Amino acid sequence: MAIKVTTPLSPEDARKLKSGDSVLLSGVIYTARDAAHKRLCELVAQGKPLPLDVKDAVIYFVGPTPAKPGQAIGSAGPTTAYRMDAYSPILIRQGLTGMIGKGKRGPEVIDAMKECGCVYFGAIGGAGALLSSCVKKAEIIAYEDLGAEAIRRLEVEDLPVTVIIDAQGNNLYETGRSAYLETVK
Amino acid sequence: MRELDASRITETVARLCVEANRHLPEDMKACITRAREQEQWAPAREILDRIRENYEIAGRDEMAICQDTGMACVFLEIGQDVHINGDLTAAVNEGVRKGYGEGFLRKSVVRDPLDRVNTGDNTPAMLYVDLVPGDRVQVTVAPKGFGSENMSQLKMLKPSDGLQGVKDFVVKVVEDAGPNPCPPIVVGVGVGGTFDKAALLAKKAILRPAGSHNENPFYAALEDELLERVNALGIGPQGFGGKTTALAVNIEYLPTHIAGLPVAVNLNCHVTRHKSEVL
Repeated sequence: MAIKVTTPLSPEDARKLKSGDSVLLSGVIYTARDAAHKRLCELVAQGKPLPLDVKDAVIYFVGPTPAKPGQAIGSAGPTTAYRMDAYSPILIRQGLTGMIGKGKRGPEVIDAMKECGCVYFGAIGGAGALLSSCVKKAEIIAYEDLGAEAIRRLEVEDLPVTVIIDAQGNNLYETGRSAYLETVK
Repeated sequence: MRELDASRITETVARLCVEANRHLPEDMKACITRAREQEQWAPAREILDRIRENYEIAGRDEMAICQDTGMACVFLEIGQDVHINGDLTAAVNEGVRKGYGEGFLRKSVVRDPLDRVNTGDNTPAMLYVDLVPGDRVQVTVAPKGFGSENMSQLKMLKPSDGLQGVKDFVVKVVEDAGPNPCPPIVVGVGVGGTFDKAALLAKKAILRPAGSHNENPFYAALEDELLERVNALGIGPQGFGGKTTALAVNIEYLPTHIAGLPVAVNLNCHVTRHKSEVL
């Protein structure tokens, strides 16, 4: 059974989610990928305010296709998360409690997640058309010049995600694979 | 000599960019469906169901299957007896501009790998031209996503590494990639030629229908063996475990130098897209 989670996500609630949990996520989340992360972290380094409040927030690593008339957003599946590894610890230490992407994360990210109470969710990579229907509203709030990489505020309903790495550092990529391999020994 | 106006190339490229991004080829659908039937691991079965649902929605609603609508890789096979009126490269780029604009596809190309300013129209295309006998032009558009492109590798093996070296390298590339390239994947392998030709062969291998085999029985058997080996890794769909790590391993080869054994492995995700038309 999927667990329903609504944002904002407190660090306490983030710590309750366990690797392997199926989650239906609702509420406001923000999009950011490579170029936006770079700019956000430059602002943090300069001590300047961010264009979004990352405290208790969830960032979705996605660069959607343009919306057709009548759509809130175009295809909107996750991008590979390791490219954000250089930046995520900085945002986690600013209060970020959730990330949605796909693929492996580095130890520096997992350390920050454990320290601050943050979870890494996986959405199905390559299922952008399916995930699009969970986005009810999308608006660009920063870096419009980046096109697909602009920061968007999304209102989502029951976005299907899986907890890949929890705030204790348990990792579904390791446990899922080894559990499967046990069955074919 | 047959005359062909470059505008025909533009129209065709534009249409193929849109169609390739919205409609998954039947060979991929068949492979995914077969994998779903054979998969025993419950989380993997669920993901494969979602993947099927996704490409059905995309086809039905005429939207992109994946938000990474890729760099437009355009392969032209131009008959030697055709004369194209107009600037061929400009015509292809105009087709990409039109297709990605009108088709609501993502513009994912930066003008310079280091200053990283988006070109805004997904140009330029990655254009590959082969001259062939005849008076036809075959246009193939293969949008290439970078989640899987980034996980590709090339190695200049030594001749003494031999067949075992090739096998181990292919398996290593898939293992290194793990969940990152959106498994289940299609594995394109290029063996031989030169450094650059090996990579091109690997990319062309991806264009071959998933489930088809190399005409050479030795390489056909190697494709089967490697598919079995990568699927024994247990990575599974999305990396959550399971048998279905790859849907196909396609190998292409070329003669090479007495001193060399180049091997390139180009990975592609479960949204392996390509569409062709003959003019």
